[in-house]
Amino acid sequence: MSVAILKQGDYLIASIQSDLTDAQVLALRDDLSDRIGRTRARGIIVDVAALDVIDSFVARSLGSIAIMARLRGAETVIVGIQPDVAIAMVQFDLNLAPLRTALDLDEALTILGQRAQGDGEDGG
Amino acid sequence: MNRESETVVHEVDPSLLHELVAYLRENRTDLRAEWVQRITQAQLLTVMTPDEIFSEVTAVYDNYVDALETGSVESLQAYARDLSERIIPRGVETHEVLGIVLLLRDVLARALFVKYQDDAGLLDRILDAYEPAANRIAVTVGVSFVEERERVIREQQEAIRELSTPVLQVRERLLILPIIGVLDSPRARQLTEQLLGAIQANRAKVVVIDITGVAAIDRTVANHLVQTVEASRLMGADAIITGLSSKIAQTLVDLGVDLSMMRTVGDLQGGLEEAERLISYKPTQTSEPSSAAAN
Amino acid sequence: MADELRVPITSDQDLVPARAEGRALARALGFSQTDATLIATAISEVARNIVVHAGRGEIRMSAIQESHRYGLVVVAADKGPGIPEADAALESGYTSKRTLGLGLPGARRLMDEFAIESEVGKGTCVKMVKWRMRDELERLREIRRHRA
Repeated sequence: MSVAILKQGDYLIASIQSDLTDAQVLALRDDLSDRIGRTRARGIIVDVAALDVIDSFVARSLGSIAIMARLRGAETVIVGIQPDVAIAMVQFDLNLAPLRTALDLDEALTILGQRAQGDGEDGG
Repeated sequence: MNRESETVVHEVDPSLLHELVAYLRENRTDLRAEWVQRITQAQLLTVMTPDEIFSEVTAVYDNYVDALETGSVESLQAYARDLSERIIPRGVETHEVLGIVLLLRDVLARALFVKYQDDAGLLDRILDAYEPAANRIAVTVGVSFVEERERVIREQQEAIRELSTPVLQVRERLLILPIIGVLDSPRARQLTEQLLGAIQANRAKVVVIDITGVAAIDRTVANHLVQTVEASRLMGADAIITGLSSKIAQTLVDLGVDLSMMRTVGDLQGGLEEAERLISYKPTQTSEPSSAAAN
Repeated sequence: MADELRVPITSDQDLVPARAEGRALARALGFSQTDATLIATAISEVARNIVVHAGRGEIRMSAIQESHRYGLVVVAADKGPGIPEADAALESGYTSKRTLGLGLPGARRLMDEFAIESEVGKGTCVKMVKWRMRDELERLREIRRHRA
């Protein structure tokens, strides 16, 4: 199984287990799209720690996951980018906006939780 | 690892080997003295005192003859590594170590020649027994020395790397990277790798990169700095650059570096205060510096 | 090393082994983890380019050694439709809609040398090299190999 997706509270957590083919990346995107609809998740966390290459295609796909999620009212956070992968991405000049990133799952949940608090309240 | 260590010299009359080894042991004192003389003449091991040389050559001689006898170079290897560990820091060079081993080989060969010169056939067979064993010993000692040297160099390189770009954890979630001295491209890359590794290991949310100690930077290094900030962000950490001199600030402007994408603070103290604010706010992470909600 | 490693590219599935082989070869040649990632990423881009534009082709990797440095050479070749004005298309400002997408200019930024030859109707060949400087440790290893 190349990607494990589970639901934790209001969030979907997609854990990539190994290097993915392009087709598998697209399948992930479609799968997440499907599940957001069904589960009414408020956030998606994609764990890319197992990816030792993030190239333009993966970056674009992660971006489109985020856009798709936002259209359905959910925020996306990418976690687990490895140091050498981060270096490759910036040297490549991959623009990851509007993607949010965090170090790990805990951080991502904190961020998403605060966003949830932030909605419906004014400021801090 | 030396694979040839275990084979005993083949097709050699073991009693011959036994005989020549016994002879070398009997005449140990004289032969060892001759060897020391040759070492001094060749001006080898000059960093060592005569006492040190004496004690080392005694050990080498005994190990050497043992290795001739058993055909096994294992304990010789162990001794050679031990010897290397001791003498490398003293500055003994590879050619000296090989040199003394080869001199011992020569001293012993000549002794055998002198003893058996009346019987050409026997001398031949004695040398047939002696030569391959002696050569294998020379190779073993040389290789062990070089391997030990490599290990020391690697450790030193690592130590230098650690010392020259320390990443400090000041408090939880906050790292400081003070950069001092000349910043060139390889060093900048190494810096980035160390910083990102530290972000991961320490789960840092903010890193303060202090360049007070950097005199000047060029385009390549400026790019590295920007890339470091961006890569840190990908790993969920905000970066603050402190200690930007007006000269460097001007360089960055001239190079067209987009300073709006970088948080900069004049001095380290101010940078740390800003970092504290960032940590306690736990801002939402976006791809541009977030405008934290007002207090 | 005279040997060349060839990875046939016939679908997006072949990108996975292409990246892995590239990384493995880079590490075997003593490149750092980071450089191995840069190389694997560049290979991913040029290999995908083959799939997208030509349908099939191959990646060839080999090592070269000069007095002061080691290099890993990657060649991505196909007999596809070719890219018109390939050199101009490499410039970053070129619109992605035309032919290249983000891939090739990005791959060029990851490698030390990058060249593209393409002829419409004949095919495309991309050649990239990453260098690594030889250091003291290597020189010592050479000495050992000669003496042993």
